[in-house]
Amino acid sequence: MRRRIGIDVGGTNTDAVLLEEDAVAAAVKTPTTADVTTGITRALAALVERAPTARGAHAVMIGTTHFTNAVVQRRDLGRVAAVRIGLPSGASLPPFVDWPEDLAALVRGEVVMLEGGHEFDGRPLVPFDTKGMRAAARRIREAGIRSVAVSAVFSPLNASGEEEAASILLEECPDVTVTLSHRLGRIGLLERENATLLNACLIELARTTTRAFSQALRASGIAAPLYLTQNDGTVMLAEVAEAYPVYSFASGPTNSMRGAAFLSKRDEALVIDVGGTTTDIGSLRHGFPREANNVVEIGGVRTLFRMPDLLSLGLGGGTMVGPAASLTIGPASVGYRLTEQALVFGGDVLTVTDVAVAAGLIDLGDRARVASLPAARVEEALARIRSMIEEGVDRMKTDAGETPLIAVGGGSFLVPARLAGVSEVLNVPHQAVANAVGAAIAQVSGEVDQIFQDLSRDEAIARARQLATDKAIAAGADRATINVVEVEALPLAYLPGNSLRTRVRVVGEIAR
Amino acid sequence: MRRVGAEEIESLAIGAWILGTGGGGSPYLALLNMRQLYRKGVVCRLMGASELADDDLVAVVSNMGAPLVGQERLTDPKTMALAVTMMEEYLGRKFRAVMSLEIGGGNSIQPFMAAAMLDLPVVDADCMGRAFPEAQMTSFAIHDLTMYPLTLADVRDNAVVVARAASWKWMERISRKACVEVGSIASTCKAPRTGKEVKECAILGSTTKAMTIGRAVQAARRAHRDPIDAVLEVEAGVKIFTGKIHDIARRTTEGFLRGTATIEGLDDFRGHDFRLAFQNEFAVGWLDGEPRVMTPDLICVLDTVSGDATGTETLRYGQRVTVIALPAPPILLTPKGIEHVGPRAFGYDLDFRSVFA
Repeated sequence: MRRRIGIDVGGTNTDAVLLEEDAVAAAVKTPTTADVTTGITRALAALVERAPTARGAHAVMIGTTHFTNAVVQRRDLGRVAAVRIGLPSGASLPPFVDWPEDLAALVRGEVVMLEGGHEFDGRPLVPFDTKGMRAAARRIREAGIRSVAVSAVFSPLNASGEEEAASILLEECPDVTVTLSHRLGRIGLLERENATLLNACLIELARTTTRAFSQALRASGIAAPLYLTQNDGTVMLAEVAEAYPVYSFASGPTNSMRGAAFLSKRDEALVIDVGGTTTDIGSLRHGFPREANNVVEIGGVRTLFRMPDLLSLGLGGGTMVGPAASLTIGPASVGYRLTEQALVFGGDVLTVTDVAVAAGLIDLGDRARVASLPAARVEEALARIRSMIEEGVDRMKTDAGETPLIAVGGGSFLVPARLAGVSEVLNVPHQAVANAVGAAIAQVSGEVDQIFQDLSRDEAIARARQLATDKAIAAGADRATINVVEVEALPLAYLPGNSLRTRVRVVGEIAR
Repeated sequence: MRRVGAEEIESLAIGAWILGTGGGGSPYLALLNMRQLYRKGVVCRLMGASELADDDLVAVVSNMGAPLVGQERLTDPKTMALAVTMMEEYLGRKFRAVMSLEIGGGNSIQPFMAAAMLDLPVVDADCMGRAFPEAQMTSFAIHDLTMYPLTLADVRDNAVVVARAASWKWMERISRKACVEVGSIASTCKAPRTGKEVKECAILGSTTKAMTIGRAVQAARRAHRDPIDAVLEVEAGVKIFTGKIHDIARRTTEGFLRGTATIEGLDDFRGHDFRLAFQNEFAVGWLDGEPRVMTPDLICVLDTVSGDATGTETLRYGQRVTVIALPAPPILLTPKGIEHVGPRAFGYDLDFRSVFA
């Protein structure tokens, strides 16, 4: 029997689930701890206690927001040498140019700009200045910097400059870790370079964290390989993933949407994830979250990461309800203090949870403490909540027809059973741990984003698909299970011939 | 003549992206360059066209090429200035000022980059009043001014002078060819204009106009008011449609990014649909199958919440957008103007009818 463990390390709770074949065999929720790994160890212990077969799991997948938080909170970041290959182009906009100053001050080590790079059609811009690279590598060694980010102009089309830079760096300073931009990003030099720099400043933290996760796993008596979940709902082996911490930035919401798809057996639906403070609404296409196309800022740094396209509402179990005269819902929330401050838990703040208890939507705390709430007020509050959700659902819908809506998260009891524009509201077992389920079911992916010239649309897509498939197999996918999940071919203005920017993403099951 | 503050360049970037009507390329990288220059103490100057003497010479500058290439080969004030000095050398005369070819998109800021390097003022004008894809779609072409010479500078010390061209279309073809050879991105200085020509044939006040629009958006955001309403107020614009992008199809032909976007109505427009055709910029829009708005009226697609402009290259399925129309400069509305930039210039067999008529 195929057994997989999924773990989601959230801000409040660490959830763990055991999947046997495609069924949830056990699920636990434990508090997240400051050191993260203690929480994981406890969650695993609780899981094994409930289902001893968990010890024999074939794979363990962890989803974590640890690295995003490190950037946002400006902690545990390493100093980075930035190498840009592309002069004489782009000289006026050096690496870190659009970073918030406080973050740049923490991360910026050496900044090196060298001649080299390529054109959109793969021709060299100018020859790569290998002599300059060697001299820079020596300076980096002398400065004692241990992490280097290398970005070259049009490297997603021709990576030879970055590869050559890496081999020179490793010759001159064997102890450094090198992050190459073409492994991380798409076309758009500044955003790709920013992602590379962020990755490089997190690499030390990623290594220690990932190894601590592995230790927690071994301490729990589980011998399975460890995978980390990525922004796109897929996984990478921990020893590979520790080199790409930026790929986990958005894995939380992605896992919860993927879990929703799995638990409901729906590939095309909207998902509503109701937490303590906010509600996220997203859209599933082919079982994956639809992604936002826009520039995404992480801790104030512009990047082009593919993030789920989410609509966030200030509505959750801890959301405060205003006084009778001007009944308002949120956006303020009591957050993790819900169990002290909500009326039903003996506090004196009227929250959305109190309203739900009064209305009989859920049984929590001391129901008698909300018995005196006027029925009209409860009804009005519920009506407001309904219209907030209906409005949000409508904004996320991409066609006029009615769409199924999958409700997940700890506050999913707030989602009314019938909503305008929704064909059915799906409440599924284990909906409160959908994110850990999403981690457990993650597959392996490969992606290509390149400009192809003088090929027909079909030929360009076929070539991109081949390249993406090779990447997926290299990352551990089983060839027989590989599926194309996204195809985009965008003709480009003002380029000669028939230039198509082609993006293909494939996914497959983990090879065993 | 007045000094331009750093915050005005920020406003200019926001307003110019809206006036780009989907094209012209994002002003972000040019804005970053200006921030760098201002940090080093540069202060640009803006002058009214009326301050020019009739025989003053004005450089008309723009970055030429594919916006996508510009995202890798980042724009640089030095190369921009190089195209201008090349022209001075070719002519054997000095420029009095620089001005923008098109106020829509990134080219709104290019003259400031050149001006900062050359210590010249920027003229408060352009020759499109928006963005258009080709050289003959300018007020100078509509007025039949000469289209040559043109200088083109590449970052690798390649330089091209187009000494003569038989027509605006020939100038477009020859310079486009040179641009593609150097990697589909180049800095250009277009045919120089006299002060008299600028005063008579340029679209005046467009830099200030872009700054005003940008400032209105910023103020609305700060006050948590609707930034789109703010744009409509300052520009006497019309809200055309609000909805969600439902379908998008693109293809390139003859160097244009052509395509259509279908938007499904939301809010006041629920139950209606809107089809938007683009050729680098938004060209024609149909409400429930009937032509509702067309070039040269400015068709701007803004993010419904943030008020940020959206380019034709970044439109995406599911995006929530508001389509607005802003009035076109009067010169574009003359019979000759319509010939150059009306719906038929883009291949739509429609008689131009302005939203504002």
